[in-house]
Amino acid sequence: MGHGTGIGRVRGLGSAKGGASHWAMERMVSLATLPLFVWFLVSLLRLPDLSYTTVVNWLGSSLNAVLMVLLVVTTFVHLKQGMQVVLDDYVHDEGTRVLTNVALVFLSVAGGAAATFAVLQIAFRGTAN
Amino acid sequence: MHRNTARPLSPHLTIWRWGPHMAVSIINRVTGVGLSVVGAALFVWWLVAAASGAEAYETFAGVATGWLGVLVGVGLTWALVFHTFGGIRHYVLDIGAGYELRTNRRWSWIVIGASVVVTAAIWLYILGGR
Repeated sequence: MGHGTGIGRVRGLGSAKGGASHWAMERMVSLATLPLFVWFLVSLLRLPDLSYTTVVNWLGSSLNAVLMVLLVVTTFVHLKQGMQVVLDDYVHDEGTRVLTNVALVFLSVAGGAAATFAVLQIAFRGTAN
Repeated sequence: MHRNTARPLSPHLTIWRWGPHMAVSIINRVTGVGLSVVGAALFVWWLVAAASGAEAYETFAGVATGWLGVLVGVGLTWALVFHTFGGIRHYVLDIGAGYELRTNRRWSWIVIGASVVVTAAIWLYILGGR
């Protein structure tokens, strides 16, 4: 210690080895999930029931389908960002930390893709009747 | 360049003294992990089942409306509501407000209380026949 500038001495010391932009992006994405989840919960509670026909017809509406895709994308990006911080903080072995982070990206992208495709499949198929 | 490799990194659970503020912070993480694993898996199952057809949807609905499904549903609802209120609290802290000891303590208790009240309201509405 005692060499270089103040910023140079602290740069890279945190568990993520960097992360100001990650921190800001994490907050921006979670800000987007907030109104989408309020819409999602209120919509589900307002449906007469959650039967197959009701849910498929609900997702058949373009507005609902678009909002649902936005919800899926923001949620899975938020999931990836949040879990990354947890892994960086608690997985102390460097090799395991990198591997679990890779698995996290693969799983969250796969989950988000499956959910997005399901919503589009329902929306493009039209109503259940 | 010399670096002190013994610098304390997370988890700090053994260092902090337990209080409502640090409890709300760590529960926010725990609920986030729970939602990421259990919540996301069930969410994808629900959507893929709905896209696959009536039969697959009935399989999901059968599990979701069983006692275990309702129990997990109540837990996930609470986790989502808590994570939402906890997240809003973190936004306030991120702009540099609410760090006074008494204020921080009060809002932490409000997050805990509000998460229980809102979860109860949602499920009374569902189980009370909408």
